[in-house]
Amino acid sequence: MKQVFARPKSLKPAATHYCPGCGHSIIHRLVAEVIDELGIQERTIGVPPAGCAVLAYNYFDVDMGEAPHGRAVAVATGIKRVLPDRVVFTYQGDGDIAAIGTAESIHAANRGEKITAIFVNNAVYGMTGGQMAPTTVPGLVTTTTPGGRQVNRDGAPLDLTQMLAVAKGAVYLERVAVSDPKHIRQAKKAIKKAFQVQLDGLGFALVEVLSACPTNWKMDSITAWQWVKDSMTKDFPLGVIKDETGYDAGPETEAGDDR
Amino acid sequence: MLGEAAVLAGCRYYFGYPITPQNEVPEYMSRRLLEVGGTFIQAESELASINMVIGAAMAGGRVMTSSSSPGISLKQEGISYLAGQELPAVIANMIRGGPGLGNIAPSQSDYFQATRGGGHGDYRCIVLAPASIQELADMTLQAFDLADKYRNPVMILGDGMMGQMMEPVTFPEPVDPAKLPEKDWVLDGAKDRPQRIILSMLLDPKILEAHNYKLVRKYDAVRENETAWEMTDCDDARLVVAAYGTAARIAGGAIRRVRQRGLKVGLFRPKTLWPFPAKPLEELSHRVRHILTFELCAGQMVEDVQLAVKGQAEVKLYGRPGGVIPTPEDVAHQISHYYYGAHLDEEGPGGGA
Repeated sequence: MKQVFARPKSLKPAATHYCPGCGHSIIHRLVAEVIDELGIQERTIGVPPAGCAVLAYNYFDVDMGEAPHGRAVAVATGIKRVLPDRVVFTYQGDGDIAAIGTAESIHAANRGEKITAIFVNNAVYGMTGGQMAPTTVPGLVTTTTPGGRQVNRDGAPLDLTQMLAVAKGAVYLERVAVSDPKHIRQAKKAIKKAFQVQLDGLGFALVEVLSACPTNWKMDSITAWQWVKDSMTKDFPLGVIKDETGYDAGPETEAGDDR
Repeated sequence: MLGEAAVLAGCRYYFGYPITPQNEVPEYMSRRLLEVGGTFIQAESELASINMVIGAAMAGGRVMTSSSSPGISLKQEGISYLAGQELPAVIANMIRGGPGLGNIAPSQSDYFQATRGGGHGDYRCIVLAPASIQELADMTLQAFDLADKYRNPVMILGDGMMGQMMEPVTFPEPVDPAKLPEKDWVLDGAKDRPQRIILSMLLDPKILEAHNYKLVRKYDAVRENETAWEMTDCDDARLVVAAYGTAARIAGGAIRRVRQRGLKVGLFRPKTLWPFPAKPLEELSHRVRHILTFELCAGQMVEDVQLAVKGQAEVKLYGRPGGVIPTPEDVAHQISHYYYGAHLDEEGPGGGA
């Protein structure tokens, strides 16, 4: 019998703590599949954030070093500079990378640190209980925007990835979503490319992944994921934001990919 | 000096952010580390630099950062993580006057911050206080070894005076970083071994408590093995000045002056501020019943002196905050005032109260 589906080697056989309908498990799986396919599990070091994915070291089967809130790319910088032949990735949420860690992010990108950042944008602070995130879209009710986010009071959502595009050392920035199988395939392709950029020593690569937080959005899963597609993408349109890799159609374009 | 001593200690990674009065260190490291194949990053902030230190320590590098008071406050987040994650790193604080932006003059007003942890949580930094350039060189090498030995952040506490003083020095033998003992806990990729995780978040109170007690046992071992101090002219002393670092140098000059005038005064100088040499000071207080604590701040170490002597000696403070550096004559005046005021000149031979 041919096995057609299995747990990636780089993912431990553990039940996650994520809420039903959360996107983190999908994104973890994509990162793990990419690590497996590139054959880099034994030389990959991950840096999880403070946030919902703080326990990612319980799920990824690679070396993991915890970072203070927002500082993951700085910690990753330290690791990579000591061990330049290892593969170092960060896994960060919107509050982590786009609020408290904005300075670290833009300067790591600007220095062209050869690390891969996975930025999960679910428009809310998940672990702390649903407060406004830098990426909360206008009108979304959070525990600190009781009537919904108002641009004139709370500011507009911050597009960090777009901001990073001005950093010379950022060579590959793409925004994807994991809202349905088609988009999940596209997301994986982007994540793989972001790791390839590091393997080729080109510079800083980041993939922003739009995800859902049904719990804190107070929506059922189906509504939440539909909302990602219909509403979030208005403020955060999907697609390549910057690509200076020089790869023609991506290093491993899969046939049938209908981007 | 600090920079070259660090390179001799095998330090190959430096992450920092400019702040006066310690810019000589990053400036020196920026070119010297290039020569020895190391890495220097001028980070975007103190926060970023201490977190780069965390990463480099995780990866097994001999790593340091340096700053001055306001910058060290910013680094406290990372120092707490270094302690919690049991990562070795060296942090130098060339203290300047505070609070707030204060000024750039030499000061000792960060004693509490350095010796009480400084950041959040139950932890200690090992704190070394050099009082000469030779000691600064020697202690820098010692700092890296202590950091590795105990997997704990080590702080070198100096001030602008220590950073800019010129004195002859014998350089220690260089350490080859490739020949340092292998660290069996670093994150370098899980090849032919299980995954390693370095963290400080332990959500189960019982597990965090066990981790805290493990740290306590480590700190007990540091206290037992590494406490260092120096006593000068204490044998016949009726009054002892307790001072460290730059203040101890000034006090030394003051004591030479008052000794010439026949006053029996000694110097007790902690070389490690944490662990504080409480035991030897307590023993000393059995014979010397008057201690004048001299610090370049409004009075911080004086609390450790009081705790150490357990009320057996009278403890007075001569503190000069704000970056004011009194002369040896000023200190000599304070000593004489205390000495004659307590009628120590009228005691019989051998001293004692």
